[in-house]
Amino acid sequence: MLENRKQIILIFFFSIGILYLFRLFYLQLLDPRYRSIEATNAIRRQIQIPLRGQIYDRNHKLIVANEEVYDMMVTPSKVKNLDTLRFCKVFNITRGYFDSTMATASSYSKNRASIFLRQLTKTEFARVADAMINFSGFNFEQSFFRTYPGNTLSNALGYIGEIPKKQYEEQKTEYYRKGDYIGLSGIEKEYELELRGIRGIKYTLMDVHAQDKGAYAEGKYDTLAVLGKNMYSSIDLDLQQLADSLFLNKVGAIVAIEPKTGEILAMGSYPTYNPSLLSGKEFSKNYSKLVVDPDKPFLNRAISSFYRPGSTFKLVQSVVGLQQGVITTKSSFVGTSSPVACHGHGLHHLANLNNAVQYSCNPYFFQVFKKIIENNDHSNPFIGAREGLLRWHNMVEKFGFGIKLGIDIPGEKAGLLPGVEYYDKIYGKNRWKFSNIYSLSIGEGELGVNVLKLANVAAIFANRGYWITPHLVRGVGSDKSSLKPGLMEVHQTGIESRHFESIMDGMEEVAHAGTARRAYIADIPILGKTGTSQNRKGKDHAVFIAFAPRYNPKIAIAVVVENAGFGGSAAAPIASLIIEQFIRGRIDRQALKTQTINSSFTTVASSKANAEN
Amino acid sequence: MANEINIKSGIDWLTVVLYLALLIVGFFNIYAAVYNVEDPIPLYSMAHNAGRQLLFMILSFIIVMFILFLEYKIYDSFAYLFYGFMILLLIATIFIGSDIKGSHSWIKLGIFSLQPAEFAKTATALALARYLSTQGVNITKFKDAWKAAAIVMIPPIIIILQKETGSALTFAAFMVVFYREGLPAIYPILLLSFIGLLILTLLFPAWSVIIGIGFFAAAVWYLFLKRYERTRQNLYRMLGLFALFATFSLGVNFFINHILQPHQQKRIQILVNPDSDPLGAGWNVTQSKIAIGSGGFIGKGYLQGTQTKFDFVPEQSTDFIFCTIGEEWGFLGSFILISIYLALLWRIITLAELQRNKFSRVYGYSVASILFFHLLVNIGMTIGLMPVIGIPLPLVSYGGSSLWSFTILLFIFLKLEAHRSFKVK
Repeated sequence: MLENRKQIILIFFFSIGILYLFRLFYLQLLDPRYRSIEATNAIRRQIQIPLRGQIYDRNHKLIVANEEVYDMMVTPSKVKNLDTLRFCKVFNITRGYFDSTMATASSYSKNRASIFLRQLTKTEFARVADAMINFSGFNFEQSFFRTYPGNTLSNALGYIGEIPKKQYEEQKTEYYRKGDYIGLSGIEKEYELELRGIRGIKYTLMDVHAQDKGAYAEGKYDTLAVLGKNMYSSIDLDLQQLADSLFLNKVGAIVAIEPKTGEILAMGSYPTYNPSLLSGKEFSKNYSKLVVDPDKPFLNRAISSFYRPGSTFKLVQSVVGLQQGVITTKSSFVGTSSPVACHGHGLHHLANLNNAVQYSCNPYFFQVFKKIIENNDHSNPFIGAREGLLRWHNMVEKFGFGIKLGIDIPGEKAGLLPGVEYYDKIYGKNRWKFSNIYSLSIGEGELGVNVLKLANVAAIFANRGYWITPHLVRGVGSDKSSLKPGLMEVHQTGIESRHFESIMDGMEEVAHAGTARRAYIADIPILGKTGTSQNRKGKDHAVFIAFAPRYNPKIAIAVVVENAGFGGSAAAPIASLIIEQFIRGRIDRQALKTQTINSSFTTVASSKANAEN
Repeated sequence: MANEINIKSGIDWLTVVLYLALLIVGFFNIYAAVYNVEDPIPLYSMAHNAGRQLLFMILSFIIVMFILFLEYKIYDSFAYLFYGFMILLLIATIFIGSDIKGSHSWIKLGIFSLQPAEFAKTATALALARYLSTQGVNITKFKDAWKAAAIVMIPPIIIILQKETGSALTFAAFMVVFYREGLPAIYPILLLSFIGLLILTLLFPAWSVIIGIGFFAAAVWYLFLKRYERTRQNLYRMLGLFALFATFSLGVNFFINHILQPHQQKRIQILVNPDSDPLGAGWNVTQSKIAIGSGGFIGKGYLQGTQTKFDFVPEQSTDFIFCTIGEEWGFLGSFILISIYLALLWRIITLAELQRNKFSRVYGYSVASILFFHLLVNIGMTIGLMPVIGIPLPLVSYGGSSLWSFTILLFIFLKLEAHRSFKVK
């Protein structure tokens, strides 16, 4: 009877043996978790971060460069017999910084390197290099920070900084480590993939104490770092710097575009800030200062602001009316009345379209818009207004109103172009008609634009009917190549070019003998339109859009100066000087330049200061 | 010198070959485990574990000679003496033992440290064999079973006092011997059931385990019991068993959640799910599985392992030596090693069954059971099927005490076995 227990015992022993073999078969052959390079923690993945791409202007002048520096890393387990007092003295840090940074590093890993001190310059590095023998556990890694030889364009360039927690956690493939730098706004963000290059990965063997044990598999799996691609911006650095100086003591924005290509020649938002404030060790200190600045230097007014286009919108109304056939250049509205007043140039500017443009005649464009809206067969003015507005809306939208133009930096706002649904929501369906919406006729009311959109309108007029997506980068890796798809797209407005041509005389007279005489230059024909953007919070904003020269235009421009009142006075000279600089390569009207630089308008900060006094 | 000739022809050479194979596997893998790519040291250097293991192996051969030359009868005659001496030594160790890694189980002898607990298994096996082979002793009798159980349970209790719980657990192996010698099957079945229940309780909520047992009992009642077996008496037995299991399950649950300290709870949790804390308490098991898993089918090649070499796997030349084999020799190497062990177990049990006297048979089964238990726990823990309990892989792990104790254990049996062959001839 007990004999068969031998069999049972043997079966039991062998069953366990076979069970274990099945388990080993699973672990060693079926379960892939344990066989990848990443799973084997004896292999250290050493990241080599390449230098970030530099950014050049259209004349190949450096705008953004890199300064090579050294980051000091600490491996807490290797720190032994440290003379903390001396260490703090050498590196000029406080005991508090030392303790808190060490604690953070230790909590991350005792055996792996964490960042201890960022961005020691070459001189600083040379100074401390000898002392390092006494400080085991600390070592240096080559790194870089951004420098700005052009010292301008901060809003468009954006900045780089430590990867935000959310972005770190949500990245699909684990490319960035904690604390790695990444583009956080502007070009730096939009072109992050191109600028950052490709990190090199070196697999080295290490033991559990993170001691280096040589290359893994003779470097078979290593990849070399690839330098970040340089960006060739369409910005003209001289123009940009001139804009900066012209906007001293002013709030506002400027955008200049090359109409033929959509390339942005200058883009400024003011007040601006020194881009190097957000590069290097002082990042967080400076950042928090800028964030609370009442003049909002982080707000890129060129693309994120919300202004009313004011009278500049009359240009659009003109060509839309001409295309619809409700007016001709000879249309006269003498003898009509309107609820909008005129600036007081007599009646002659009601006589024809070009005169109306030249003198920015409000009653004239009230009548034009009335004809556009009433351009239908309905006897019911409510239903008729719907149809008229819908057609108008669709035509004006082609100019980029109410939509994003697609500039190659983040933060662009669509603005507002009210349509049928918009007024239905406010007044109710069929409960609004022309008399509710006539402010649109002169660019007021519910219209909202940013400066980029206005410059684009100028470019559309320069091109006589089409626009190309405005963009800041015209070459990736080398000049005029590898552009992002869509940046060279041609957008037709659907309005015949002869209609644009037919109001050019009026536009030219604006600077010559109209509302913007301060913009006049004897031998460069500037075609423009002034505007006064109504501002409920304070003094109106001055607006001026223009292009030059009349034939084969080289530059289209829009300028908004906040709280500067009438567009002809403050905005037009700035645009005119920029145009002169771009076309002539120099400024002959030094007096105007000095006068413009010296003029100042109320900023939030200055009004506050006044209130306090 | 007739004795010598008899030994040569009478010893079971197959077992000796398997023994030597394991020693060789052990030596080369200990060398691999401590091998440093940048600073290779010769195999024989005393500066590292492999060199010292070589010395232990040479001393083992001297011990083997000594065992084979001793009169076979002394193991039987002096069994209780050995056992008594061992008990005294174990008790003494509690007081004179050196503190190594938190346990008080080592006695320093010059440059060597000996762990008496390792040798206690051999003494216990001899004493048990002696007792069970005594005229008139019958393990099916309750009184005799308890006496036998006492022989087996006294050493581990002292060993637990030395804080060497792992070694103490190995004495559970004697249950196999008891079973072979006639202990009613219900006892090992109950033991296995409780172990199974323990694991289930750790994995699932207690109430669901109890419901599960209820369904299981009902299924047994209606599906496996014949109609005439479904008596009132059997129903009471079933209900009694059910109550026992349910109480056990609830008790375990209560014990874990209310009596154990949080860090102990964590250790239990790791046992069930090592992935819950891969860098903390589950580190050893996770690293061990990575090392073995990364070996693949044919392994990374001798001395090419990365996980075991750079100290990711703890105790890589002692308790976790199997990781080195798994990593460098892959599934193939693991398969061969487990096959060697199974062959050895099969051979010992076969020989034990051939013994003419009960003493040799009981002793033979003790050897096989102790070996088996070590394999079960040691390999099991490296592949994540067993909790981490620090006991060595027999004849392969680094360590003098372990190697010598298994050598003595095995060769006393071979001596007894050789004597049987001699007598037959």
